[in-house]
Amino acid sequence: MAEFEPKVTAFVCTWCTYAGADLTGTSRIKYASNVRVLRVPCTGRIDFMYVLQAFTQGADGIIISGCHPADCHYTSGNYHARRRWIVLRALLDFVGVDTRRIHFAWVSAAEGAKWADLVNSVVSNVRELGPYDEYRQTIPAHIRPGGIAV
Amino acid sequence: MARIGVFVCHCGENISATVDCAKVAETMSGVPGVVHSVDYKYMCSDPGQTMIRDAIKEKNLTGVVVAACSPRMHEPTFRRACADAGLNPYLCEMANVREHCSWVHEKSEATTEKATDLVRVMVEKVRRNEPLFPIKVPVTKTALVLGGGVAGIQAALDIANAGHTVIMVEREPSIGGHMAQLSETFPTLDCSQCILTPRMVEVAQHPNITLHTYSELESVEGFIGNFNVKIRKKARHIDETLCTGCGLCALKCPQKKIPSEFDAGVGTRTAIYVPFPQAVPNKPVIDTDNCLYFQKGKCRVCEKVCPTKAIRYDQEDTIIEADVGAIVAATGFEVKGCDFFPEYGFGKYPDVITGLQFERLASASGPTLGEIRRPSDGTIAETVVFISCAGSRDPAKGIEYCSKICCMYLAKHAMLYKHKVHHGKAYVFYMDIRAGGKMYEEFVRRAIEEDHVSYIRGRVSRIYEEDGKLVVKGADTLLGGRPIDVRADLVVLGTAVVAGEGAEELAQKLHISYDPYFFFAEAHPKLRPVETNTAGIFLAGACQAPRDIPETVSQASGAAAKVVGLFSQSELSREPVIAVVHRTAPPLFSKCVGCFLCESACPYRAIEREEIKDRQGRVLKVVAKVNPGLCQGCGTCVALCRVKAIDLQGFTNEQVFAELVAL
Repeated sequence: MAEFEPKVTAFVCTWCTYAGADLTGTSRIKYASNVRVLRVPCTGRIDFMYVLQAFTQGADGIIISGCHPADCHYTSGNYHARRRWIVLRALLDFVGVDTRRIHFAWVSAAEGAKWADLVNSVVSNVRELGPYDEYRQTIPAHIRPGGIAV
Repeated sequence: MARIGVFVCHCGENISATVDCAKVAETMSGVPGVVHSVDYKYMCSDPGQTMIRDAIKEKNLTGVVVAACSPRMHEPTFRRACADAGLNPYLCEMANVREHCSWVHEKSEATTEKATDLVRVMVEKVRRNEPLFPIKVPVTKTALVLGGGVAGIQAALDIANAGHTVIMVEREPSIGGHMAQLSETFPTLDCSQCILTPRMVEVAQHPNITLHTYSELESVEGFIGNFNVKIRKKARHIDETLCTGCGLCALKCPQKKIPSEFDAGVGTRTAIYVPFPQAVPNKPVIDTDNCLYFQKGKCRVCEKVCPTKAIRYDQEDTIIEADVGAIVAATGFEVKGCDFFPEYGFGKYPDVITGLQFERLASASGPTLGEIRRPSDGTIAETVVFISCAGSRDPAKGIEYCSKICCMYLAKHAMLYKHKVHHGKAYVFYMDIRAGGKMYEEFVRRAIEEDHVSYIRGRVSRIYEEDGKLVVKGADTLLGGRPIDVRADLVVLGTAVVAGEGAEELAQKLHISYDPYFFFAEAHPKLRPVETNTAGIFLAGACQAPRDIPETVSQASGAAAKVVGLFSQSELSREPVIAVVHRTAPPLFSKCVGCFLCESACPYRAIEREEIKDRQGRVLKVVAKVNPGLCQGCGTCVALCRVKAIDLQGFTNEQVFAELVAL
């Protein structure tokens, strides 16, 4: 059987991490192709229902990344994201969602190499954790992939 | 039904070397709603753009996805091409298959698969895109300049000379700021007043500038291009239209021993006073805290002597309202922080003074007419010690930053002193000499080599009085920490430059950010140094950080250029990526329940409260409303909304969920 290839969904802000990932490209730094990037204006835009929806849609790992503290293009959006993540993580731990699969990071527009390292490390961690079928089995049939869990 | 066109670019071989572009295009042609899917060598080239334009017209496309480089690179190019063909530009999206795919992965099926996924995500997004239109905001071509120091003066004159009207607000009775207090300026030693006062007069006489001195900003509402400001004009107790500035009132005022703010406390003034002879406007103010009439109910000497009957004891503060399109904050700094050093005895020994006080002693128009006399007994100081970093660069004292100007002004002081008292001795205790600037290092060298100022590298631990002299106990760290005692007549402290009084309150009124020391924060430390995070509000001078006169003036001109640039358009055009609150027919009106979580989260104060009323004017519901002029489109409110009543145009919840489902 072929090695398990995890699916990783990344939510990144336009101004820092998306630009950082662009820099990874212009620097031709290779990294695992398992990641799919979704661009939002700011990490503050990320409704954490997106994270759950990504798991529902078959993601085995999640990356959330934006500007470093104090560098947010919108002054404070990343702080909102950080707080939401702290609260959500406690809740997810409580209800039994595997929070090791969610990685919150800061990658600036200058950190092309850091983006590649981040993706590689998340992909290899998730590869070890295996497919996240456990989560999807808990989803009621009527909202399994295809439907939107809102 | 959507009719979407997909255009896959090879980017020469940049994409096609690792991604099978033809296969991506072929796969996408099977997606429902995709009516046109092609690949081409250079999509951004003229023939490539023509392909897109032709396809839009021929196939009547309702959406376009260009799979190529990063949208940060060519999104404007392709959106323009779509607009040329009559398609709303916001119906065009880019899938980043170069920077995020072909350049970072090896040639493999997985890479082609990833590229296909990225394009599919964008197809699902475009399917849900709505045509958007740039937001037009009118611009009031009047600028408000807060602060009448050299920064404010420069900014106001530059804006006014470009043909726009300016309202200048100054807290003190006269404009001029700290620069008017200085004796000479480094590194040229030209007289500060000689270069500044002509510009002060120019401000007062400029047909485009309205000057409000002895006034403060009361409140600010609105947004870029459309601010509404209220200015509190404090009561001068003088009818300015009648006063000729003859000065008889101040001459006859019996209260003569009030420490003068302009002379930094080393000189005195009267209760009715003009801060300094060259003040603009040359109209006095009554200091009610020290006026005999206001305190004890009798005197009224000024009223009796005034030849034009301009004294108004019953005058009250007035509020002036104005519409402005841009605001320049140029509120400056203060030199304080001597309280940090009880061991230096500032406040206890009258002959321990600040740099600003020394400026007044050295000034030809100062209380000693330029002679360096001790404040305690009026004798000429024979030995003067200057101490740099008295507060700055000392985390233990709470100020970590370098105040930047002290090295230079202390060298200037020592030099001026030596020029006035040839046989006198001048010592400068320093940590480092920071003289970065045009002709600055040479200036300090001149103080040391030509004027024989003794520079001692070391800190001063204590100052105490002994036989009428101040004993300065220091150490020379270049001589292995050898203790040094200097018996001085006068000690000048290079105290820290701190944010102006009320800076925090003003920043909150303007809704601009500030640093832990209450200096106002620029939008970007390198690339946007004169803008703030609030559109339409700019910074000039030492309200942003300690700076010297040349830097202040250049920044003020920079801020003025930004204002003039803003005023060069009659309407502002803004990206329509903004939040909108859901509205619908009665009886629901809106999904918004009026919790206003969004209001507290918005970094731009763009959320307003809208009252929905019936025909009798009764309020039925209060819902959130986004001010499109203020909203910058971060979407923090959207993620926070409990009832999903607010959404971000261009990045709607529906779009993001559709993108997720497509993965």
